Amino acid sequence: MTHSPLQTVPLFTIGPVPVTEPVLVTWGIMAVLVLFSAAVTRRLTLAPSTAQTVLESFVSVFDDQIRGTMQVDPAPYRALIGTIFIFILVANWSSLVPGIEAPTAHLETDAAFGLIVFGATIFYGVRTLGLAGYLATFTRPTWVMIPLNIVEQITRTFSLIVRLFGNMMSGVFIGAIVLSLAGLFVPIPFMALDVLTGAIQAYIFTVLAMVYIGAALAEGRQDSPVNPERK
Amino acid sequence: MNNAIQMISIFAAAMAVSFGAIGPALGEGRAVAAAMDAIARQPESAGTISRTLFVGLAMIETMAIYALVIALLVLFANPFAK
Repeated sequence: MTHSPLQTVPLFTIGPVPVTEPVLVTWGIMAVLVLFSAAVTRRLTLAPSTAQTVLESFVSVFDDQIRGTMQVDPAPYRALIGTIFIFILVANWSSLVPGIEAPTAHLETDAAFGLIVFGATIFYGVRTLGLAGYLATFTRPTWVMIPLNIVEQITRTFSLIVRLFGNMMSGVFIGAIVLSLAGLFVPIPFMALDVLTGAIQAYIFTVLAMVYIGAALAEGRQDSPVNPERK
Repeated sequence: MNNAIQMISIFAAAMAVSFGAIGPALGEGRAVAAAMDAIARQPESAGTISRTLFVGLAMIETMAIYALVIALLVLFANPFAK
């Protein structure tokens, strides 16, 4: 019997704080991404090297996506959106390294991301519209909708968390079950499918984060049409 | 008594996934068919359509994922089976 996907086993403890495997993998991914970005952006030149070209193409793709989805200037949102996408993508694909389980296959990592998006929605909404303006968006279209709008904020964050968790966890789980049933090479097609799922889920998480933040901004602009991709 | 609860839990988990997958499967089929139709009519807007399609499919798929999570809760975090 495989262990429960809802539990995490602490590897060791630092003082009173138990450290689990997802936390350790998350730290590793953070270190790799930060060191890579720092190493590449240390010497930015007008005639870019290969690594700088890769980074620049990433940034321009993010800018196009943000501009297309949120219909705003991408500069204030590029760092958050780009980091979310790259981190989730690397975290989903980190299961390709032998011995490492993707940290997004555990509920806690996804909950952290969902809460970051939830906080960013409120932060950017308040920063753009002001506190009164942001709170006034809850009364659109009428004040009767206030409870529904509040519930929507919570449920969509919850569905964001459970969507990423469920997709990644099901991949790990199916892999473990197939490996316990059949031999060495049988789980490989499932792992290939898992790579595709990981990329799509990273993209979808990022697009939904953009849509949620963009909806918080767009509801304040009464004259503009509401974002067509809004849920 | 405990054994009976575990048997019912496994059955309930299978039921949750099997019936919970029917609705999203039909919905995703309709969504993909509509997107194919739209792309066949307007191949130049294939990028926008497929981007919106992926987001929509993720929304629909979440329903099946909810059923899966409920099944795992029933199997592994069942409060009555301890």
